[in-house]
This record gives sequence, C-alpha cells and structure tokens, in this order.
Amino acid sequence: MSAFVLKGVSVLGAAPTDLVLRDGAISDTSDKSAEVVDAAGLVALPGLVDLHTHLREPGREDAETVETGSRAAALGGYTAVCAMANTSPVADTAGVVEQVWRLGREAGLVDVQPIGAVTVGLAGKQLAELGAMATSAANVRIFSDDGHCVADPRLMRRALEYVKAFDGIIAQHAEEPRLTEGAQMHEGEVSTRLGLTGWPAVAEEAIIARDVLLAEHVGSRLHVCHVSTAGSVEVLRQAKARGVRVTAEVTPHHLLLTDDLAASYDPVFKVNPPLRTASDVAALREALIEAVVAHASKSVEQLKLVVTGGNEAAHRLYKRLGFEEYGRETRALKYDGRYFDDILMVRFLTVG
Amino acid sequence: MIKHLRSAADLDAATATLILDTAAEMAALAGREVKKLPTLRGRTVVNLFYEDSTRTRISFEAAAKRLSADVINFSAKGSSVSKGESLKDTALTLQAMGADAVVIRHSASGAPHRLASWVDGSVINAGDGTHEHPTQALLDAYTMRSRLGRLDGLRVAIVGDVLHSRVARSNVLLLSTLGASVTLVGPPTLIPVDIAAALEPAEPTRGGKPKETSAKVSYDLDSVLPDMDVVMMLRVQTERMQDSFFPSAREYSRRYGLDLARMRKLPEHAIVMHPGPMNRGMEITPEVADSSRSTIVEQVANGVSARMAVLYLLLGGKA
Amino acid sequence: MASPRADTTIRIILTGSDLHRVVDRIAHQILEKTSGATGTVLLGIPTRGVPLAQRLAARIHAFEGIDVPVGSLDITLYRDDLRLHATRALGKTELPGGGIDGRRVILVDDVLFSGRTVRAALDALNDVGRPSSVQLAVLVDRGHRQLPIRADYVGKNIPTALSESVRVSLTETDGLDEVKLTGGSL
Repeated sequence: MSAFVLKGVSVLGAAPTDLVLRDGAISDTSDKSAEVVDAAGLVALPGLVDLHTHLREPGREDAETVETGSRAAALGGYTAVCAMANTSPVADTAGVVEQVWRLGREAGLVDVQPIGAVTVGLAGKQLAELGAMATSAANVRIFSDDGHCVADPRLMRRALEYVKAFDGIIAQHAEEPRLTEGAQMHEGEVSTRLGLTGWPAVAEEAIIARDVLLAEHVGSRLHVCHVSTAGSVEVLRQAKARGVRVTAEVTPHHLLLTDDLAASYDPVFKVNPPLRTASDVAALREALIEAVVAHASKSVEQLKLVVTGGNEAAHRLYKRLGFEEYGRETRALKYDGRYFDDILMVRFLTVG
Repeated sequence: MIKHLRSAADLDAATATLILDTAAEMAALAGREVKKLPTLRGRTVVNLFYEDSTRTRISFEAAAKRLSADVINFSAKGSSVSKGESLKDTALTLQAMGADAVVIRHSASGAPHRLASWVDGSVINAGDGTHEHPTQALLDAYTMRSRLGRLDGLRVAIVGDVLHSRVARSNVLLLSTLGASVTLVGPPTLIPVDIAAALEPAEPTRGGKPKETSAKVSYDLDSVLPDMDVVMMLRVQTERMQDSFFPSAREYSRRYGLDLARMRKLPEHAIVMHPGPMNRGMEITPEVADSSRSTIVEQVANGVSARMAVLYLLLGGKA
Repeated sequence: MASPRADTTIRIILTGSDLHRVVDRIAHQILEKTSGATGTVLLGIPTRGVPLAQRLAARIHAFEGIDVPVGSLDITLYRDDLRLHATRALGKTELPGGGIDGRRVILVDDVLFSGRTVRAALDALNDVGRPSSVQLAVLVDRGHRQLPIRADYVGKNIPTALSESVRVSLTETDGLDEVKLTGGSL
C-alpha cells in the first residue's frame, strides 16, 4: 500500500535515525519506493490519546468543531480523541454518533472516537440506545453523561449491566446533584469567606463509592471521569485493591491549581469539578504516578525520569514516591541566561 | 487611602476608626438647617442596584447628595439589564459616563470584584449575594460605639442564618478588626463549620493582643445571652424550610427567636440590633423590636452618616 | 518630620511669655472693639485655633468677668484643595449653646497665610447659621494673601518668604508655647 521513510527523526528524543513505515506499521526493512519525508529536527512519539474531550459539534460550533478540535489535538501529539456526548442534540442515538464519527474522518487529522450518552437527553431517566450506538459505524464502547451525573442508583446499575453484552464501559461524572445545587466552587474555607455556594468533596466521593460497589456487584467495568479529591483517590485505591475493574482520569488543572484562585471571582476559575485544596492536588499527583508505576511494573524493571534542578516541588514528590537520584547533568539547560541541572532519578520496580 | 470598599476586610483598624470618627462629624450635619456640604461637588456617584432595595439605595443617595455629588440611579427593572445586558457591558457604559464611584448591589457574590476590573472609579459594595455588606457593618459598629461608648472588648452575638448572611460576614470581619469578640449563634445547618477560620481578622488587634478574636460558635442561644453586650438578630427567611435548614418556623423561633423572656436574660446595658427588614414573629417579637434596647430605628439614620464618611474617604482626596 | 538641613535657620519669633502678652493684648482689643464682647461668639478653627479661642475667652473673663461662648468650626469639608492631597481626617465642629444666628462671630486661627482657610470657614459658617457679622483674630499674619481677606485682630505681623515656615506651638497641643520661623534660603 503506502510506505514512508522519516529521515533524520529523533525517536523519543534519541539520536536522529531513519524510520520506515509500511502499510501503517513501523518496519525494519528499508524500501526504495518509500516516500521520503524530511524529518530533521522532529521528534517521533507514540500517539497520545485524550480520553475526555468536548468537541462541541453538533450545536456549539461557535466554540469548537470536530475539525478545530482535531487540529488542536494533532498539534499537541494526539492521534486519537474521545468526544463526549453533551452536544446539541445530545449524542444519544446512532445517528448523532455516526455524524460525529463522519466529521472526524472528513477532518482526517486524528481518530475521533465518539462517546455515547448513557441516558436519553442526558436527563438521567431512561437508558439511551447503547446497543445501537455500539453497532453503528462509530463503534461506541465508552458511554457517559459527562456534564451530568447518572445519579439514580437503579439506572446506573442497569447501565453497568447492559453494556457487558458488547464489552462497553460506563464513564461516570461523579457529582451527587442534590448536594451541589447552585454550587460555584469547592466547599471549604475559601467558599465560606467568598460567600459562594460550595461543591463538597463528599458529593464526588459518595457517588464513586456507590458506583465501585455497584460495578463489583454486577461484575462490570467502571471508569470515573475527572477525579478531583483525595477522598476519591482513597476510595479508588481500596476498590482496586479488592479487584474491582475500575479506572479513573484526572485533568491537568486539577494537578496544578487550587481553590484560592477563585478569590478573584474570575469565572475562569469556576470549573466542574471545582479546583480543590493543596492536599487534594498532592493526593492526585501521587495517585497518577502510582498508576504509571503500577502499569509499568508489569513489564519494566526500572522507571527513570529527569527533573529540572530548582523544581523543588517535583523533586520532593518523586523522592516521596521512591525515586532516587542516580546522576546529575550539570548545566544541562540554559534558559533566560541561567543554567539548570538535569537530575536523573530512578525507581526500581519488581517485575509483577 | 483605599480605592474600593468591597469587603470589610479591606479596612484595617486605623481606617475603620477613621471612618467611624468621620461619621460622627457627619452626623452633626443632620441637625443643621442646610444639610449640605460642598465637598464632593462635581463628582458623579452611580447607584447600580440590581436587587430591589429602596432603603439602602435612598441611604446612599442621601449620603452622596448631602456631599453635593451628582447622583445617577440605575435599577435593574425596566433597563437594558432586563433585556439581557451583562454586568460587564453595563460597567463599560458607566465607565464612558465617567462615574467617580459606583455603588453596587447585586445578587451574585463577587460582582463588586468583577466590576472593579472594568471601571476606573471607586467601587462600593452595597451588598453582593451572600458575600458581604461592608457599609452595613460600619453603621452597625457606629451604632454600637454610640450607644455603648466603645468597641474594643465588646461582646457581640450574631444570631440567625449566618450561612446566607452577607451582614454577618462583614460584621464578623469588622468587629474582629476593631477588637470586639463575636459569637455566632444558630442551628448547625445555618452556620458553616469553618466560619471562624474563614473570617480570621486581617491583622492582630490593636496593641498586638493574641488572636482571641476568632469568632466563636454556639448552637444554644439561652446560654450565650447573659454574657453579651450586643445581640444582633439576622433575618431568617421561612423559605429556607423548603431546603430543610430547619423543620418549621415555629421550631426556629422557639429555639432561636428573641422574645421578651430572652431579652430579660441580657445584661442591663445590652442593646438589640437588626439590619432589617425584620420578620416580626420569626427571629424577633414585636415587643423586643419596639423596646428601648432596640437600635433598629437609629441604625437607619446612622447609615447615612456612615455612608457619607465612606464616600468622603474614598472620593474626598487625591484620586 | 525631616531633620533641619545645615543651612536651615530657626528663629524664635515669640517666646512663651511673649505669646501670653500677645493673647492678653488681643483679648483687650476684642473687648475694646466690641464694647464689651456683647452678643459675641468665639469659634476656633481646628487644630490650634481651638485652644487659642479658649485662652481668649479665659483672658476676657479674667479681665472683666464676661463669659464669651466658645466653640470650634472644622473647615476640612469646605477646603478648595482637597483633591491635591490624600483624604484628610476631620476636626471637631462644636457650636456653643445658643448657636450663632444674629451674633457676632470671631473666627480664631493661629496663622493667616493665603486666606483660603478663612474663605472655607466663611463658607462653613454660611451653612451653619446666619451671624450678624464675622471678624477674624489670628496669632500670626505672615503675609502672601491669595484672596482679599484681612484679620481684625493680629497678634504679630511677620514678613516671611514663601520658602519659610511659621511653626506655632501651644501647650495644649504641642507641650510648649512658642512661635518659630524656619526655613533656608532657596
């Protein structure tokens, strides 16, 4: 079919080499008829996948479209994105998910995998036609009412059971709606001082606790969207230890920002789930690294990383998680007239 | 001098005392035949009221006019706002008009903060959502000082729906700054658990005393009354019953209402305050509201003096 | 307070006892010019005009047993230069019982300079009541008037340069009685 040679590309940051691609796979034999691509100065990475995006099309094309979203993803090294269902109309039928899938193929930049809604209109009352969406051209396997919680416990149970038939997974936006009415930010000292209705951590933790028990009870997989609290991390840790098939995700802003930023009342800091406290951020960072370590332990003996000297927060975090310094490249980075060391750290894992 | 008054926490002890002292001088104006001062002549003060509040708006209007400022009233009803104009767009219009100060009352906590980033003039918070009402706290402190002669070491109880009360928040902050000690009283559902930590005073009290001025919390009104110099009753809306904050109006007033029997438990000199409007029969009985201990009527008069002092201090000097 | 520069001269214009004699003389002059201070009210302009007014009333009482009502009139809110400085704290305004309507008001201040303070005082007086006449008593007149204002009673005329400062100290406010002239040649 097609063959390409990426000349002079740096694979994962290593010294430049020539990479041969044949019929969509990396090949180790050269091919004289291959199309040559000058890749000097470029880096080759395994394509990143974003499990949770909002492409806003159909309905909010003023904010984003499948094409603009695909373009942004491709520029960032993503080759696949999963598109959430809270569009207008909602992606709760084969028709809408196929439309999104088709738009993705027309844009032709990344794989756009539509996510189907769990309930009709995201209203949380009636199951959407999950089977139809699964067998459609969009081949949906992830279902989520993201933006809304599947709050009714009986409905959540049914959904978890129903998708087993086609190896689907429910991705829950964990937010007990009765505890978060009118909420604008994390419920805590800051919200009390600012006079803003709070979104208590327990509203997320209670749903996750319920859902892992439900998933365990019916023997289903469960995915939890945008986890934001230390308590949630703890619930998930215990569930995984018991063998529940649950996975979770975290957003970049929940790893970096805290609720005191809302003190300016600038609505850009009012997100859902809300920015939380420093101890929540610390717990999420640790959980993320532990998840990487756990995944790596299956096939890897050592996990190495590089920290820039002066980044005390990161250095402390890695030390706390069992990474040791094994080397230092002094003055490895020059920025703004200053020199920074590269600190080399390693954590030894047992092969599981 | 500060530029905006958005929160009682904007005031340190020195500035707050200056406002109270200035208000005392402004109060003398009320006794004169010509109730006018030329001080803010040529300045424009805009009253931007998104919530109905005749009393507060008139108070600010009187304050500005007595200082010879030009006053422009903007109320949400029947204006561009009801057509969906955003606060930001309204702010830009005011900016173009050259408002020296905007007095804003809004149902969203934080509206004065957002407004301050869009206008060049001073922003005065006349009540934002459930966040703060700093001029109310100033007139309350002025009333306490007039009646009782001091604020430092005064023991004040604030009773009622603290969770939803912007008056409570501003009062706790200001009274703590001025050295009074505050006890918050109400059902646990209406007092946030972390309220004391959330409203820590901005600076240590005068004389660098240790921070004993964190607000205290009590769920038992009767045990608190004998030790108080001031009892401030907050308005409690009966609608809160629908959200299960308390089971019934009857149970609320029985446990937390101020009636004659409870008023008699107060020390001889103690005063009863209420920011208004009152729910007679709910948090306060008519006999208590009309008693000689009650400062409810003079709080209104003091409001004009306090607001004159704030306008003078924010607009009366170099921009 | 900035420490005086090496070339700054300090001259004492009035010592404590000079000051007492000057106050006595003004008190006598008031009695003379008003035929016994009938229907007269002394209003001191804060800060130092107030103790001066009280002293004048005390001396008038000492000389002829007459009680002249004394009060204070703060003029901060009537100043024409408010926007040139940070917001100023207010002084106390206290009118004597019986008010000022139909009476002779004698404004009392420590230093007469540009005349703007007195102009503000006249505006304030206008809003407070309707005196039958207004006179002005000052401890020191240092010249450089910017408005057509003159004092009826002057303690001491001191010709000054604009770069110089007249510093009045009174026991009630500053712990001692003294009038100093400070300031270098610029």
